[in-house]
Amino acid sequence: MSSWRATLLSDAPGSRREAKLGQIYRGWLQFRRNRLALLGLVIVVALMLVAAFAPWIATHGPYDQNLSQRLLPPGAKGHWLGTDEFGRDIFSRLVYGARVTLYIVVLVALIVAPIGLIIGTASGYIGGWIDAALMRITDIFLAFPSLILALAFVAALGPGIENAVIAIALTSWPPYARIARAETLTIRHSDYISVARIQGAGTGRILFRHVMPLCVSSLTVRVTLDMAGIILTAAGLGFLGLGAQPPMAEWGAMVSAGRRYILDQWWVATIPGIAIFVVSLAFNLLGDGLRDVLDPRQKR
Amino acid sequence: MSAPPALRQAPGFLLQVALTLLGLLAVTFFIGRVVPIDPVLAVVGDQAPKDVYEAVKRELGLDQTLWVQFVIYVQKMAAGDFGQSLVTNRPVLQDIARVFPATLELATLATLVGVLVGVPMGVAGAVWQNRWPDQIVRVVGLVGYSMPIFWLGIIGLLVFYGMLGWVNGPGRLGVFFEDMVPVVTGVILIDAAIAGEWEVLRNAVGHVMLPSAVLGYFSVAYIARMTRSFMLEQLNQEYVITARAKGVSEARIIWVHTLRNVAVPLVTVIALSYARLLEGAVLTETVFAWPGLGRYLTTALLAADMNAVLGATLVVGAIFVGINLLSDLLYRLLDPRSK
Repeated sequence: MSSWRATLLSDAPGSRREAKLGQIYRGWLQFRRNRLALLGLVIVVALMLVAAFAPWIATHGPYDQNLSQRLLPPGAKGHWLGTDEFGRDIFSRLVYGARVTLYIVVLVALIVAPIGLIIGTASGYIGGWIDAALMRITDIFLAFPSLILALAFVAALGPGIENAVIAIALTSWPPYARIARAETLTIRHSDYISVARIQGAGTGRILFRHVMPLCVSSLTVRVTLDMAGIILTAAGLGFLGLGAQPPMAEWGAMVSAGRRYILDQWWVATIPGIAIFVVSLAFNLLGDGLRDVLDPRQKR
Repeated sequence: MSAPPALRQAPGFLLQVALTLLGLLAVTFFIGRVVPIDPVLAVVGDQAPKDVYEAVKRELGLDQTLWVQFVIYVQKMAAGDFGQSLVTNRPVLQDIARVFPATLELATLATLVGVLVGVPMGVAGAVWQNRWPDQIVRVVGLVGYSMPIFWLGIIGLLVFYGMLGWVNGPGRLGVFFEDMVPVVTGVILIDAAIAGEWEVLRNAVGHVMLPSAVLGYFSVAYIARMTRSFMLEQLNQEYVITARAKGVSEARIIWVHTLRNVAVPLVTVIALSYARLLEGAVLTETVFAWPGLGRYLTTALLAADMNAVLGATLVVGAIFVGINLLSDLLYRLLDPRSK
């Protein structure tokens, strides 16, 4: 056993950082045993790499039209996944579409998780009428099916990728608030919270320094599991023509455009759909794996 | 009897529902106000003189404070006045009443598929835990949570309509069969049966099969997964061990003893999946050109017909609340512990 591994797995870590790293390493060892979760991780990392290096991976520009080469089947010369109705290379558009997907998912997660965290912890810690009011608002948002509410928001804000992100974020924060609140309720009476309060820490400080860090792991799991749902909602909006607008290479919009040719040129709609499926499957697998490591109580 | 405690809880319960409905209205009102379209301009056109503009503004109540406007809005909605649709030029509520049976038909059939396939599948997954039936439940569930429903619909059309010709294409009826049966319930399957038009019925079944199967798949994924976990929980209970020790057959333990306990939470799950299908219906209806609420909503969206959009959103929200409420009540009625 190499020395760094021994340090990481030691029962008597020398410092705080060593203890932390040791914990992460142990988590990784447990995660690694789950083959499917590992597959999910590989796909997600691949998605990120593809998005980052899109210009080098794509064989054509995402908007390069060539009407003399429209609707070529997969395996055609120079277009191994075929071309769409404008003669654009489907493979290249898929590659650039990875950027759009990641952009939506990351933005939504960045907006939603902090909102849910703040509302949920404040609600659970302060209690009283603030809790009642905040939870009532969450219930109202939960009372709408999220896609329908997102549609209404997009209708109000106008179609487009930024508005789709805002609409999805506005509809998907309530579960996070619920989780953060439940987590807060279990820790608000802990001794260490009392100690912090006796030491004179204000509500804000207790929330930010002592409550929120403990909610992070269950929220991380939830975010990862939700990624699949976010991808599907975004693709659904794109499919309905309310998300990313043409000619942007968004997978849902690509399926929608290919729908007209489905009976004769099946690949135009089928291939982007497979991309959506694979990526959301990967996020689901990764989320399941993370849950088993970070939050064993939620195990299904 | 259960009536007294249930009655005692009723006021709080109703208040909660009323508050939620009011909240729904607040959300749609807010969305309606955020729209960057000036509702006055939509009525008078941008050539109107200032006094006409002001008069219409007063007539629409837009000169009042936001609170007063909201109160007026709630009153109008409570009276069932959702406004006129710009696209159809009819009252929105009338439009919704016309398209809703189509969605109901689709969602009901899909739920039926979900229950008939999902429950036995979930039971099998729990009984043979970690063996192949369980793996199937797992895969079906994972795929269901990861598959874009609109894509599955398109692939279904390609395979079963385009390649195999087993089902009819998009729409509710073939062109030749349109308007052949009088509208009684709005659900074509029932209307055709009432009229005794078996050819129409056959055609309608051919049309509804694929969309309800596609939608039903997602119901199967959810119901099977939940049934499995409920069953697993029950199969580890002591009463199961006792029953086995007494020599009760395994089939009786599963289908009589445990399934009865599973039935209670399962009702809630089925109700929830029914509500979630309304959401899936928006995308499915678009793929299959199914003239239901979902397609009405998306058509209105693309035409920026806000009255119709908000009306449909509100109706879906209210149905969602209603189904949740119903499943809650059923839970209380069915679960002897809550008495």
